[in-house]
Amino acid sequence: MSQEVIKHPGLNLGPTHGKDNDAAERMMSGFWVFMMSDAILFGMVFATYVTSIDATAGGPGPHDLYDIKSVFIETMLLLTSSFAFGMASLALKYKHSMTRLIGWLAVTLVLGVSFLGFELHDFATMFAKGGVPTRSGYLSAFFDLVPLHGLHVTAACIWLVCLVGQIARYGLDTMTKLGIMRLALFWHFLDIVWIAIFSVVYLAGLT
Amino acid sequence: MSEQGNDYSDQWELKQQERREFRSYVWGIGLALLLTVAPFALVHWAGIPRFPLLIVIGAFALVQMLVHFRFFLHIGFKQKREDLQLILFSTLLLTIMVAGTIWIMASLALRMTMPASP
Repeated sequence: MSQEVIKHPGLNLGPTHGKDNDAAERMMSGFWVFMMSDAILFGMVFATYVTSIDATAGGPGPHDLYDIKSVFIETMLLLTSSFAFGMASLALKYKHSMTRLIGWLAVTLVLGVSFLGFELHDFATMFAKGGVPTRSGYLSAFFDLVPLHGLHVTAACIWLVCLVGQIARYGLDTMTKLGIMRLALFWHFLDIVWIAIFSVVYLAGLT
Repeated sequence: MSEQGNDYSDQWELKQQERREFRSYVWGIGLALLLTVAPFALVHWAGIPRFPLLIVIGAFALVQMLVHFRFFLHIGFKQKREDLQLILFSTLLLTIMVAGTIWIMASLALRMTMPASP
């Protein structure tokens, strides 16, 4: 294997990036601490959902509200967006052209926004069927968990747009490079949370 | 590192490394697709009884999370010790709190719905 020293969890910029790589250790490790605390938050909201799954109070349940096709499309969108971000990370690390980097970031953003579009459409369908958060404990817990993830994805999309703006203004300096690296971690992390959501909420709900 | 004579072999080394990391992402998305499609297909088409199906969905989800950690987040056993400890300790906390909550609340629900004794 290579002589590259792993400075922090996740893809490392590597020694060819000089001082940017030196600055990475503290910032990336700190971001990991944030992500793990975020994982705990999601875990507790998952626990809330699982414990209130039977509390439908005579209202609509999972079988009435979930649409497996739409969830499958959302899953595919998020999964391919994770891969696209991986390609952007590699374009950054191996110093490919700026067009390639921005191109992959744009693909990621489009996939992320389409995911949000499908999700909002799902929520609208649920609302139309009477599945509103105030209907039952189960629906409150659902709209606590799934939109929390959606909110995270929205934040990540806004962050991505801001990053591209920063790159346009300042070029690829230490801050923008590490910004991309941290957003990559966050994006992959949100994809992992989505695995838990489609398994625990949608698939388990539809069995 | 960048001695004159080493430039060529460094370049080659870097190319090899890029190829390796690219392959890692391709493996990642390939395995992830497989591990996603399988449980969706099982839920949608196969008429498996509920309880075993839940176990299968859970197993697929766990394996897919490990695949994402390995191939997208590049977590292996070559991390610095404290970084790996951070992840493992968070996982431990998560397991204790989530499993504990579900256990206690399920037990409570069971007791609350028992018929009142005369």
